[in-house]
Amino acid sequence: MSEEPKSNSSTGPVKSMLDDLDTSNKNLQHIGVEYLTVHTEGTVHAKRMPGTFRSLKWWAASVWLFFFFGPYIQWDGRQAIWFDLEGRQFHIFGITVLPQDVWVLAMILLFYALLLAATTAIAGRMWCGYGCFQTVWMDVFTWIEEKVEGLPNKRMKLDKEPISFKKFRIKLPKWIAWGLIGFLTGFTFVAYFDPALDLWSRLFTLDWTSTETTIILSLAGATVFFAGFLREQTCIGFCPYARIQGAMIDTESVVPTYDYDRGEPRGRMKRVKEGEEAPELGDCIDCNLCVAVCPTGVDIRKGQQFGCITCGLCIDACDSIMEKVKKPKGLIRYASLAEFAGKPFVPFYKRPRVITYTSIMAFALAAIVYGISTMSPLDVKVLHERAPLFVAMSDGSIQNKYYVKVVNKSDKQLDAEIKVSGPEGLVFIVDKVVHVEPGNVGTATLLVRIPKKTLTEQNTDVQINVQDINNPEVKEIYNSMFIGPRIR
Amino acid sequence: MAHNNPWPDEGNTGHIWDDDLRELDNPPPLWWMLSFYAGFIMIVFYALYYPTIPLPGSYTKGVAGWTAMEEYHEDYKILNDWREKKFAGQEEQLAALSVEEILQNDELKTYAVKTSKVLFGDYCAACHGSGGQGNPNFPVLADDDWLYGGKVSTIKTTITNGRQGNMPARGMMGNLTDQEIEQVADYVIALSQGRGEDTSVAAGKGVFAKGMCVACHGPKGKPLALTGAANLTDSIWRFSGERDQVIKTITYGVNVKKNGELTADTREAVMPSFKGRLPNADVNIKRLAVYVHSLGGGQ
Repeated sequence: MSEEPKSNSSTGPVKSMLDDLDTSNKNLQHIGVEYLTVHTEGTVHAKRMPGTFRSLKWWAASVWLFFFFGPYIQWDGRQAIWFDLEGRQFHIFGITVLPQDVWVLAMILLFYALLLAATTAIAGRMWCGYGCFQTVWMDVFTWIEEKVEGLPNKRMKLDKEPISFKKFRIKLPKWIAWGLIGFLTGFTFVAYFDPALDLWSRLFTLDWTSTETTIILSLAGATVFFAGFLREQTCIGFCPYARIQGAMIDTESVVPTYDYDRGEPRGRMKRVKEGEEAPELGDCIDCNLCVAVCPTGVDIRKGQQFGCITCGLCIDACDSIMEKVKKPKGLIRYASLAEFAGKPFVPFYKRPRVITYTSIMAFALAAIVYGISTMSPLDVKVLHERAPLFVAMSDGSIQNKYYVKVVNKSDKQLDAEIKVSGPEGLVFIVDKVVHVEPGNVGTATLLVRIPKKTLTEQNTDVQINVQDINNPEVKEIYNSMFIGPRIR
Repeated sequence: MAHNNPWPDEGNTGHIWDDDLRELDNPPPLWWMLSFYAGFIMIVFYALYYPTIPLPGSYTKGVAGWTAMEEYHEDYKILNDWREKKFAGQEEQLAALSVEEILQNDELKTYAVKTSKVLFGDYCAACHGSGGQGNPNFPVLADDDWLYGGKVSTIKTTITNGRQGNMPARGMMGNLTDQEIEQVADYVIALSQGRGEDTSVAAGKGVFAKGMCVACHGPKGKPLALTGAANLTDSIWRFSGERDQVIKTITYGVNVKKNGELTADTREAVMPSFKGRLPNADVNIKRLAVYVHSLGGGQ
């Protein structure tokens, strides 16, 4: 794999790996198939070794523990984070979000989408490398695999063996552990929708609904399938974000990069015999450890490529070798292409893309804060009767009919009193005080009469005031329209 | 197309574009081909089982005898059974309680109103409009002007038995002249505008007494009892309030018959009895009475 660049590197600085392509003879062996930077030799069994980025990866992965503990946090006698689909309300600690306020969730989505873009523009696929559940679960799964089956060499050997009872016995504990993690993953996901403690107790009485069973089991299966079997192929061949993020990286993004000028020509150091001249070599000793530790099996020395999830494990590996051969660390390091081109470093807060992304994030954040702080416990919708739009009454006034829908978003009972204000002479009749249970909707029929002679236009503004009798601070004003005959 | 295939041994079809882009002759995977053939076999069973092949004027019926309509009816029956079961309690209450009691019970009233919309659309809307807004020469149900009374029990009676309007042509005795009719028309138009005592319509006021209009419409143009005679003092007209239309109403009357047949140009004002027209009339008339009462003018 490393033969091609070497042959040309002595003639001058290499600009791109494509310069090295021999295109004179076209067959499958010579059209650069080997430059498709995908690991094509079966399962990647990456070597594990300690290092700065290894630790960082574990810390980042541990954030996912909150996902598993989340459903057991209690708040006010219920699950703290509970997306109650049946009751059509979402509880997040003290906040209850009803479908009417779901735009706030959309803003949260926008915020995180732009956070993904901003981090990618600054430091490459950080999400892929440290945060993504595919990466994290895969990391944990291969860790278990190493505990059960041994180091990569042993695993590769075992994989090549024919199927036997011995092989099965060695692999069984791994499958059980994977299956358990998969089950817990599916279970925990569903526990955000159906309270966890209830779900556990109903597991032991075999009382799950078919929906719950299906979702938990299929998520468990998907977890094992993706993190255990597909592994890096998910990032390379399935995941759309991997492709999108690849396009978001620019020449100023810092990503794990091999210092080509310093490393080439690569080669193993040899003892120089007397009379021989030492070959001129770069710092790369071609130990291939950076490839061996890579969870997606790429060779970072070929440059930034679509298989690279920028996790930094190759940096750990290379630094450990540089230390041993007594050369400065950082042959592979987080660096931007601009740095290698000798351009000055632009602070990220001065880059247009980062500024754009962060200002959209700020907007989304402001909207979330606004949405949550102004979330009224009361929501009023008024529907104007359309057939007929208005009715002429015997006393010469015009009557409009409305349906006032009151949504109670609080956790207390609501008795909504409806009043109407508008032009002089306005009379209104409400059929009742609307009693609404928490999370429910109540409807009142409202008749409004205005003397015809006070109507100066076809449409007149009226205000419908809704107030809770039990708690007068809870009120809402709805601006509606009173429709009369055309004024001649 | 290359005559000289540079890759003779790789099993390509000989189709080559852009120098090196070529079509290989790889067979589809076995599982794919198997499901492909399974699909063919499936078609045979499908064609036998379901109606499939069109024939002149007919089609093959299939061994299962399945039809879309049958499935629809079965599904509809399931839905309807569920509905009847779910709302059996409310329906029982509607049957047992009087309309006044239904009106008192907020939940039951809402149920009655909601289940009336389709019924109203089918049986009432043709004359009274989809929302009770009326039509030319057909009464508005959403206002507070009632010919026979706006109490829910009266509305129920009206729907049950129907109503027939009645007004003789040219006054009670049929003896008003064209000039007198014009005078009395001016008077009733003034009445509706609150100008009944104006001297300009004093002549009409005299005709109003002479034609014995007072017998039904009351001495001040306001009926003493709700017997179907229009209230002439308010701004709502049973028929049009335009002067020539008012003259027409007075000249030809309402539902005036000669030899058992309606005369030409007389106003028609007939509400049929719905006792025999509505399915499940007992409950449905109550339901509709509550609905009409709720339209905006119930008393």
